Amino acid sequence: QIKSWLYPFPNKSFFFCLFQLITKEEGLELYEDMILGRAFEDMCAQMYYRGKMFGFVHLYNGQEAVSTGFIKLLKQQDSVVSTYRDHVHALSKGVPARAVMSELFGKTTGCCRGQGGSMHMFSREHNLLGGFAFIGEGIPVATGAAFTSKYKREVLKEADCDHVTLAFFGDGTCNNGQFFECLNMAALWKLPIVFVVENNLWAIGMSHLRATSDPQIYKKGPAFGMPGIHVDGMDVLKVREVAKEAIGRARRGEGPTLVECETYRFRGHSLADPDELRDPAEKAHYAARDPITALKKYLIENSLASEADLKAIDKKIDEVVEDAVEFADESPVPSQSQLLENVFADPKGFGIGPDGRYRCEDPKFTEGTAHV
Amino acid sequence: MLTPFQYLLSGIYLTRYILYSRHELLLFEALQEGLEEEMERDLRVCVMGEDVGHYGGSYKVTKGLAKKFGDLRVLDTPIAENSFAGMGIGAAMTGLRPVVEGMNMGFLLLAFNQISNNCGMLHYTSGGQFTIPIVIRGPGGVGRQLGAEHSQRLESYFQSIPGIQMVACSTPYNAKGLMKAAIRSENPVILFEHVLLYNLKERIPDEDYICNLEEAEMVRPGEHVTILTYSRMRYHVMQAAKTLVNKGYDPEVIDIRSLKPFDLYTIGNSVKKTHRVLIVEECMRTGGIGASLIAAITENFNDYLDAPIMCLSSQDVPTPYAGTLEEVTVVQPAQIVTAVEQLCQ
Repeated sequence: QIKSWLYPFPNKSFFFCLFQLITKEEGLELYEDMILGRAFEDMCAQMYYRGKMFGFVHLYNGQEAVSTGFIKLLKQQDSVVSTYRDHVHALSKGVPARAVMSELFGKTTGCCRGQGGSMHMFSREHNLLGGFAFIGEGIPVATGAAFTSKYKREVLKEADCDHVTLAFFGDGTCNNGQFFECLNMAALWKLPIVFVVENNLWAIGMSHLRATSDPQIYKKGPAFGMPGIHVDGMDVLKVREVAKEAIGRARRGEGPTLVECETYRFRGHSLADPDELRDPAEKAHYAARDPITALKKYLIENSLASEADLKAIDKKIDEVVEDAVEFADESPVPSQSQLLENVFADPKGFGIGPDGRYRCEDPKFTEGTAHV
Repeated sequence: MLTPFQYLLSGIYLTRYILYSRHELLLFEALQEGLEEEMERDLRVCVMGEDVGHYGGSYKVTKGLAKKFGDLRVLDTPIAENSFAGMGIGAAMTGLRPVVEGMNMGFLLLAFNQISNNCGMLHYTSGGQFTIPIVIRGPGGVGRQLGAEHSQRLESYFQSIPGIQMVACSTPYNAKGLMKAAIRSENPVILFEHVLLYNLKERIPDEDYICNLEEAEMVRPGEHVTILTYSRMRYHVMQAAKTLVNKGYDPEVIDIRSLKPFDLYTIGNSVKKTHRVLIVEECMRTGGIGASLIAAITENFNDYLDAPIMCLSSQDVPTPYAGTLEEVTVVQPAQIVTAVEQLCQ
């Protein structure tokens, strides 16, 4: 597959043979992050079928290269916006596995106090701006975060503010209005954002080819005045190289980039999806391109790590995930008093009651039994 | 040379001037003044919307602001309400305090996804981690033959969204005060302006002031009947009040101002005094602000009512273009007079 760069750079795959793309430390970091993503999602499936988590749970198995390849290049102050398939984005960004698992179990120790759930992972500390259930609705939020970055530099005069925002979304979203509207605005104002399309070819049961007039999503970038790049999303090193370019562009103030990652989800759309529609041959094709297997092979063949190193990481991650489950199990469920606390940042928003006092001053308010 | 008495007089006038100095302006200028003062006070306050910058705003609320504060602080957006409202929300989450303008409130229907899901809910679903101190404002209401789609009252559509506050301004004084309060609030606030009220004139204080977002405004104290209203209907009510006073009635008129949440203290005190309630609103009858008000009053003050609550709302029709039809779509002062007479029998 020839990668189509819209700028006249030599094809990066040419260099793979000549240079080491990563150091040992980087390689192990990438491996650990992908293993964490895979092990965590597998544990989620187990926990779901054991009745520990509920609702719609969308697993990321198979797509780890995209999350790891991009997010591991970010700084803490950079922002990530995701969709409902957000567990692994949260983990890559640094949200502790314990916090994510607790959130999935609906406990108070979850990153969103149990109020968000699988599809709404947020972390102020790690600048994870969600977790959105409707496709496309996170992209404007990401555009806003990028706008703030530019505003901080130009209006608030924080000259060294070069925060970048990554917006992750799927192939289905690329037919949605918000996608196009935000491509336009981001290019218009040269916002420091990278639009990362995780094209896993399927939107539940709708094949990308059946839903899209021109299925080559990367081509839509230049229509709005930004580079559009296609990359093999099953290869973390290739994703990382493209990500470096795109994030670098944004940081230097050169504007947005649209990156289409060809990837695949090994499981169904969600744990409720029987996944009967996809051709077994297609699944087998992508299973053979498992990003973790590929990275493992690369590390060993290039003497960057030994089997023992990698096994140690596997074991470490198993322990992390087990610990996360234990922590989540033992954490308390939210009491009724938590119900109303976060509806408003300023609880005066509940208004003035018949007795002349603000409703939030009513003791029943904190008990969660107040009628508002 | 001035006599001691003249010195004393000038001293008194000077004190009065300093303490109570006012200036006269139109409602849209009051909104602009409030916005400008807040933008001067806090660099994080910015404006986003269609034609807010170079054009100065289709109702001149942002006139001159782009020249003063620059194109990034007063951002001319493309025509993409859902996306720029979402962009405002993302900016609010990451530290800015945007004021998003819907050129006409009706256009914000296109932003319903962002307003409902993200504006209202993100503080909650993030477990309180992110605040969204955004102001969403714009002109709505029935104008002069603007046609159905430009004559919408979205307060009834938005009122169920948890996590937002809604206020409606009706005078230059409360327009400026509510604009400032909304910008300073940590909660997302929707500020409803009315297309026909922008040219109202009033003398407002020179000194800095804000209006409380959650409080209602006592327009005219009275004894016989409580009339609850907001936005443009306040003026129809006051016109009807003149007639009513001539007929010997003493209506108490309250501009509820805060459409969500309701100020149940001011409203309750009035109900306890007059025992009769008439609601006059411009939104449609079905699921309107009046419907919610009736529920709230019945729930809290049923024992104090001597008669069922009456509610005059606009007809449940798309606002017709023809002037004669448009006139009977909204509540007119004559209907208010009749309603009070009926209520006070």
